[in-house]
Amino acid sequence: MSTPTLHTPRRTPAPHDKVGGGLLDPRQMIRSLPDALRKLNPVTLWRNPVMLIVEAGAVFTTVLAIAAPSFFAWAIVVWLWLTVIFANLAEAVAEGRGKAQAATLRAAKRDTTARRLLSPDDPAHWEEVGATELRQGDVVVVEAGQIIPGDGDVIEGIASVDESAITGESAPVIRESGGDRSAVTGGTKVLSDRIVVRITQKPGESFIDRMISLVEGANRQKTPNEIALNILLAALTIIFLAATATMQPMAIYAKATNPGIPDSLALTGDGVTGVVLVSLLVCLIPTTIGALLSAIGIAGMDRLVQRNVLAMSGRAVEAAGDVNTLLLDKTGTITLGNRQAAEFLPVPGVPAMELARAAQLSSLADETPEGRSIVVYAKQGYGLREREPGELAHATWVPFTAQTRMSGVDIAPDPGAVGTAPDSGAVGTAPDAGAVGTAPDPGAVGTAPDAGAMGTAPDSGAVGIAPDSGVSGLGGRQVRKGAATAVMKWVRDHGGHPTADVGHLVDGISASGGTPLVVGEVNGGEARVLGVIHLKDVVKEGMRERFDEMRRMGIRTVMITGDNPLTAKAIAEEAGVDDFLAEATPEDKLALIKKEQEGGRLVAMTGDGTNDAPALAQADVGVAMNTGTSAAKEAGNMVDLDSNPTKLIEIVEIGKQLLITRGALTTFSIANDIAKYFAIIPAMFAAVYPGLDALNIMRLSSPQSAILAAVIFNAVIIVALIPLALRGVRYRPSSAAKLLSRNLYLYGLGGVIAPFIGIKLIDLVIQFLPGMS
Amino acid sequence: MNPTLAGILFIGSLVLVLAVCYRPLGDYMYRVYTGSRHNAIERGIYRLIGVNADSEQRWGVYARGVLAFSAISILFLYALQRLQSHLLLSLGMEPVEPALAWNTAVSFVTNTNWQAYSGEATMGHLVQTAGLAVQNFVSAAVGMAVAITLVRGFARDKTGELGNFWVDLTRGTVRILLPISLVAALALVAGGAIQTFADHSTWTTLTGGEQTFTPAAAASQEAIKDLGTNGGGIFNVNSAHPFENPTSWTNWIEIFLILLIPFALPRTFGRMVGDNRQGYAIAAVMASVFAISVTLTNWAELSAGGTVPQAIGAAMEGREVRFGVSNSAMFASATTLTSTGSVDSFHDSYTALGGAMLIWNMLLGEVAPGGVGAGLYGMLILAVITVFVAGLMVGRTPEYLGKKIGPREIKLASLYFLATPLLVLIGTAVAMATPAGRAAMLNTGPHGFSEILYAYASASNNNGSAFAGVSVNTAFHNITLGLCMAFGRFLPIVLVLALAGSLAAQTPVPASTGTLPTHRPQFVGMVVGVTVILVALTFLPALALGPLAEGLH
Repeated sequence: MSTPTLHTPRRTPAPHDKVGGGLLDPRQMIRSLPDALRKLNPVTLWRNPVMLIVEAGAVFTTVLAIAAPSFFAWAIVVWLWLTVIFANLAEAVAEGRGKAQAATLRAAKRDTTARRLLSPDDPAHWEEVGATELRQGDVVVVEAGQIIPGDGDVIEGIASVDESAITGESAPVIRESGGDRSAVTGGTKVLSDRIVVRITQKPGESFIDRMISLVEGANRQKTPNEIALNILLAALTIIFLAATATMQPMAIYAKATNPGIPDSLALTGDGVTGVVLVSLLVCLIPTTIGALLSAIGIAGMDRLVQRNVLAMSGRAVEAAGDVNTLLLDKTGTITLGNRQAAEFLPVPGVPAMELARAAQLSSLADETPEGRSIVVYAKQGYGLREREPGELAHATWVPFTAQTRMSGVDIAPDPGAVGTAPDSGAVGTAPDAGAVGTAPDPGAVGTAPDAGAMGTAPDSGAVGIAPDSGVSGLGGRQVRKGAATAVMKWVRDHGGHPTADVGHLVDGISASGGTPLVVGEVNGGEARVLGVIHLKDVVKEGMRERFDEMRRMGIRTVMITGDNPLTAKAIAEEAGVDDFLAEATPEDKLALIKKEQEGGRLVAMTGDGTNDAPALAQADVGVAMNTGTSAAKEAGNMVDLDSNPTKLIEIVEIGKQLLITRGALTTFSIANDIAKYFAIIPAMFAAVYPGLDALNIMRLSSPQSAILAAVIFNAVIIVALIPLALRGVRYRPSSAAKLLSRNLYLYGLGGVIAPFIGIKLIDLVIQFLPGMS
Repeated sequence: MNPTLAGILFIGSLVLVLAVCYRPLGDYMYRVYTGSRHNAIERGIYRLIGVNADSEQRWGVYARGVLAFSAISILFLYALQRLQSHLLLSLGMEPVEPALAWNTAVSFVTNTNWQAYSGEATMGHLVQTAGLAVQNFVSAAVGMAVAITLVRGFARDKTGELGNFWVDLTRGTVRILLPISLVAALALVAGGAIQTFADHSTWTTLTGGEQTFTPAAAASQEAIKDLGTNGGGIFNVNSAHPFENPTSWTNWIEIFLILLIPFALPRTFGRMVGDNRQGYAIAAVMASVFAISVTLTNWAELSAGGTVPQAIGAAMEGREVRFGVSNSAMFASATTLTSTGSVDSFHDSYTALGGAMLIWNMLLGEVAPGGVGAGLYGMLILAVITVFVAGLMVGRTPEYLGKKIGPREIKLASLYFLATPLLVLIGTAVAMATPAGRAAMLNTGPHGFSEILYAYASASNNNGSAFAGVSVNTAFHNITLGLCMAFGRFLPIVLVLALAGSLAAQTPVPASTGTLPTHRPQFVGMVVGVTVILVALTFLPALALGPLAEGLH
């Protein structure tokens, strides 16, 4: 369940870092300019009805300006075109960031050749074919130095693979047949050994192909929420179109009933002039959000990519913001993934220091994480110096094995050392210490707890020393530490009688959800139990705060674990999750998801194993670990290239941020209209109805400058907000009511006030232009 | 007592009594629409029209019921007017002209009650009572039925069934409108309103002249006219007529009747969705907009802007002396904020800004509190649009009362929101652009334009009151205003029912702290803001060329 390589991913920012990449590089703008101009094509712009209207207006005013040229008309024409270009620029810049990423991915997608086996059972005979010719089900062999030709599962062998092409992480990972680490990705490189791979992809649909199209935003589908927002924007556009179009007969009538008033630049006997009418329309329709909407969506996906998460669809990102229930695997997500010593509990009559020494001594040869944690705890809690096994003479080390479920040391009777503490012995080189086996897989549960979640310790059985072989018990000292039943039996076998106190200690630890390890010794022929080590699952730092945040956001967290309910409950309480599912099987997980969904909740989970696939497919947001099987990756709708299950929380935040950014800019865009009316209505009609000059509360210098200032503000605000659209508005987990208040003040009230100031400032500058009075 | 204090007492006592009625009436209506038993009268009606009252309808069937019922009603009413000279109790009236008959039929069936005629000079007793008064009941009951169906859409889960139109229609009429009207009519008779089927009578006036009066069953019609937010008066001058509205306290009763059901329906809504706080929130939005509007209208009227009011010291032109400025303004606000359209003073005579407020009230979509039923569903649509924008700002796909506001929901809500403003704008523009439209104008300048704007705002929003000053009984205006009334009524109704169907089919999302709370003052404030700002943005150019051009100096 843990990651095979422990590394700090290069591209992953620390959890609470500001999401990077929001700063707008002016060079990036210039680079995207050609793309922005290409997007002026109405066929492309068709997808964005608001900007299509602006473009139509720009074309119309261009014709009018050619027919009746004036500085004012041309100034409006230029700024209307700039409005469309700025909108296109926002989208182009957002897409441009993905393109760079796609380029590096393409480099990995070189033409490779594959060694396809003629018969799947016979790895010796193969033919050389192009990677593109591979079909699902083909079996290929890949050796050190070769590129894996396509996505598939390892069916034979083990190899270290360089996956930096897709993850950006240079440390190699292990891929082996069977189990949950069998998936390999096309374009990655085998560094050592030789594997046989069954291809699972269809031609042209490899993981890299999909990544490229995702980061490029090619054939990006609009998400349901984006569609809904577009409908609302279209409705607003229609209403403003109607408001400006129907104004014409009213304006003609107003002019006709005031025959003494000369024609103005805005109003003639034929009504409001075309240029002014289009200006009003463009200022009123929601151009700000219309221009930035697709950039917001692309940037949302991009923020995930920056965190090494690939979302298969924008829909999944949106669903992440809506998630009600988060299913988190205990191991690796909530806890560090292994139990650690937390307490030494001596039986009555044994000094605590003596137990600590014995615990340390018996664990020196235990290379499992649990054994190491005992040594660390003895040092931290009791000041015992960490020693190398070789420091003790006459010692025979008994490493942990799955069969004995104990580890320890046998110390030969030495006149100078008998009955004294072991560290008083002479320090010398210990040739017999070399027999210590290393545990190759740190993730495997090494120390066997009684709790039943007994892992097998692969390969560690290499040392075949029987527990009480080695040195004869007579006069020497033997120390053992291990599973309660195993050590108690060992003590009894040596004639000792563990007291009821031991049982109480063991039960107490089990009841609290911990794992008890008993420490016993045979000293001078007398066997006894010294005490009990309390092993605890250690909850990752900061998880409780994270879950509190989740609760504030209205998200319920459920911990999934294979542990028994008692252990699960203890950890659930310590971590602060809302609920837990103990002794969970993949079926239980699936059933839980379905139950939650029946209640209308959206569920997010992570998974990596093949048996996670049904649950990943069922979940609304299923994040597959990149280390997982291809079945899991296929089933989920996101892949985390860092294989970090905690990232689910960040994914939820990014999903929310995406929606908030849309809502905030929509509010801002609509709120802007109020000021624009106050600029344009008096400019149009104060000539015929002088009373309307009361609406000119900004005291803009002339009708021309008022209208031009509103149009310029409308265009410039798009560019000003591109960084915000790309970065997303600031999101701090809090309750909906608080979030709303904050965003309402900022974007609602701010949206009302900002254009009054902006338009006034622009007017102060442009009033000096020719034709403005 | 000075006029301001009197006005405050008048309005304050109304608010108090309405607040007292909120719970009992809302709860009663909740029981009416959710109960499973039918009384004897209802069973008789169901047998007569051949309806299985225990069956439920999907939204499409429900909508077809509404449309079929309304279409038949229009035809019946049209025929009744055209044939009245051949029928009983005609008082010798001629058949009504085709364009006017169409306009009037549509007007009463759509709960608009726009009157391009003088009641006492055009309609006999039979048309008034068997035609128009019947529609006063059933058109109101249709509005309530549609509102209740939308509420069922929120309240029900994973179903296509939304109730039975015929049952909702019958119960609303029999159990709500009839009993309250009966009591109200008696109260009005006690106040001096007339109730008779007598023939014309000629009286001698104080100055010795002779005057012919057309008597009528006024009290009974007056009660349902206000209770059902209809507004079609028996007499041309409507509630300004002493036979309809004799005293200041009957005036109080009439305003109370206008506001009674629309303000109590949010309670019914709260009960049906299982959260009374939601009902309070909607009522609070309605009350806030109502308070803003009444205050501004009173301010405009009492400050007596304009040449004539300043000359005579108060804006008394077009008001009845027995009501005064403030009570008239209250009546005018109530009638335009609901879809009533009855008047006890002449809106055309209001100060420019006071008149602007009355137009504005209607342009809001009549949601504060709005017509019976229509106000509630209009307000819920605005709540849906608010939730959509606000919901995004809390980082979730927007949801209201556990129902997601997705593409389909926002499409229906947007179309609803588009329908009436487009009718108002296009109707006004067409009238201003065509000689036939302009020919009816009796005034010029911004005021003349305001009158046309008022007419189309009133018809499209199914209000029915008039600014007057326009000769609307022309073929052009009878037909176009009739179209505005019909589309302004039935387009929104179909969209609301479709929305109800789409909401009822959903699986509800359970609320959490991440869900936008829709019962807090924060949300109330947002809905008020959206209501006011969206209308301001849509109609500011038109208002600027009309009442604002006239009133701003």
